Amino acid sequence: MTAKTLYEKIWEQHLVTPETADTPAVLYVDLHLIHEVTTPQAFTLLGERGLSVRRPDLTLATMDHSTPTTPVRKLADIDIVGPAAAAQIRAMQANCEKFGIELHDFGSPYRGIVHVIGPELGATQPGKTIVCGDSHTSTHGAFGALAFGIGASEVSHVLATQCLLQRKAKTMSVTVDGSLPQGVTAKDIILAVIGEIGVAGGTGHVIEYRGSTITALSMEQRMTVCNMSIEGGARAGLIAPDDTTLEYVAGRPMAPTGTDWDEAVTRWRALPSDADAAFDREVHIDASQLKPKVTFGTNPGMVVDVDAAVPQGDGDEAFDKALDYMGLESGRPIAGTPIDVVFVGSCTNSRLSDLESAAAVLRDQRVADGVRMLVVPGSEQVKADAEAAGLHNVFRAAGAEWREPGCSMCLGMNGDTVPRGKLAVSTSNRNFEGRQGVGARTVLASPETAAASAIAGCIADPRPLLAGA
Amino acid sequence: MKPIKTVQSATFVLTETNIDTDQIIPARFLTTTERSGLGQHAFADWRFASDGSEISDAPLNSAAAKSSRILVAGNNFGCGSSREHAPWALLDFGFEVVISSEIADIFRSNSLKNGLLPVVVDTATHADLLANPGIDLTVDLEARHIRFTDGRTVDFPIDNFARYCLMEGIDQLGFLLQQDEAITRYEADRR
Repeated sequence: MTAKTLYEKIWEQHLVTPETADTPAVLYVDLHLIHEVTTPQAFTLLGERGLSVRRPDLTLATMDHSTPTTPVRKLADIDIVGPAAAAQIRAMQANCEKFGIELHDFGSPYRGIVHVIGPELGATQPGKTIVCGDSHTSTHGAFGALAFGIGASEVSHVLATQCLLQRKAKTMSVTVDGSLPQGVTAKDIILAVIGEIGVAGGTGHVIEYRGSTITALSMEQRMTVCNMSIEGGARAGLIAPDDTTLEYVAGRPMAPTGTDWDEAVTRWRALPSDADAAFDREVHIDASQLKPKVTFGTNPGMVVDVDAAVPQGDGDEAFDKALDYMGLESGRPIAGTPIDVVFVGSCTNSRLSDLESAAAVLRDQRVADGVRMLVVPGSEQVKADAEAAGLHNVFRAAGAEWREPGCSMCLGMNGDTVPRGKLAVSTSNRNFEGRQGVGARTVLASPETAAASAIAGCIADPRPLLAGA
Repeated sequence: MKPIKTVQSATFVLTETNIDTDQIIPARFLTTTERSGLGQHAFADWRFASDGSEISDAPLNSAAAKSSRILVAGNNFGCGSSREHAPWALLDFGFEVVISSEIADIFRSNSLKNGLLPVVVDTATHADLLANPGIDLTVDLEARHIRFTDGRTVDFPIDNFARYCLMEGIDQLGFLLQQDEAITRYEADRR
């Protein structure tokens, strides 16, 4: 029997029809996550064709992208996001009702960022195929699920048939070994990986993260790593399920129970890549040499150690344009650059442990004068847990804003934006030009680095603060 | 969807590498529930000043951009978000083909669903196209090559199934719907 990777095993288990030279494979989808922004056109298409949703029971809906992060107590409150976004939110409610899809709407204790609530509910499980009209669906790969983003047309395909037409991807292993130095986080690992392979390095590939450093990560940390696979060009990034995975999934609302659980565990235990399975490309990272990372340019591959200088561009036009946009200069230390905004949130870093990390740095400290800090929990559950632990008081005492769950300032669709020309240290995933608002400048970092920067009023290394904690 | 066999046009060139879908269509325009009308917002932050006025010397506002059907762009075009609004915006703007040395996976998949032809060429051809904006080019989907006016051709890879759908102007959902029996069987087997 040929040795197989985790990806190949999940792929084969979901083949309705294998691929041929002339036709792609028909791949079955176990879980379809939907949100308000990338579904209206898909539902319209269903309507035009007179089609219905094949498996509403395998479809899970929420509102996250264009929702306000100020309290919404009644439906009319959504009008504050503007008529277009409010119409989109209402369309989502109407479509879910029409097709019998469970929607975690305002008022649901489980509403939140789609990639936070899937795992929280236990809907995200090892070995599943999971898709969503959102590129950060790769997050769910942390559970050893094959999870990837799709466009609105494919959303309509899955709604109508519960299947997708797919060609098999190439495989890449990213092995991270060694113990993480103090102050270095999962966010720093994935920024290092993207810096290493480049923003197109994973194009056409599915990544599997492995090695002792990865195995030692918690589920929330693994989600941070897998989340940004797409920033390295890979649609999906996976981590083999293990005891850490099973402990996380067990007992969650949608997790299997009783004998179903036992059977599932037997299946999940067989998923990890075979010892001699071959990958098309292999990358190795030594975790013990890593430092906290920040981005300095306008794509997530433009990464530098927080204690280093902004690199030289070798006359590359795109590089110079990026530095010009960011208002940074080659050769100058990146630490010490004045900042205007700090955003802690997004599907990358808005889970309880992320908020705990930021709060640990901020406790008994103050956000620097002139800096606006926004803390946006990933879901209602995260918000409730954080408040139970008193974290909201830590943030508020420091002078930060404690908001309602949503995607918020990661993409600035809901009105939470960074003003033109202002610089934000953000725990999100994209530092593209204008991503957080027209003309906004974004530096990606871990929650620890973001919190340390908020206190200092400039990009700051979190390690001295953590050492003193 | 309009069938595509050949597209002939002067090229329009954007040399920037890693043009992401936030550039092609910024997130603030994603609140629409429609597929149409996004061309006016294509590359909005490259074409319009903060007061909403058109930047007169922005290349994308030139007559050349508005009349071209073939966009040639720097490496790794379409990276980032999965928003299908990106190919919708490019098509509505007037482009029918995007040529680069690398095109991001999700954007490529979305383009193929909408009749926007993603063409990946070797780096030498790519450099040649980037250096010579406005040259007359024929993209021949049937022959799977691009053709210069001197008759020189360069092949490009295209999935057989995607090519068939584009040439016939049919969408891929029809094929999936025909798999109903196999899907039902798969669901029964897994129960």
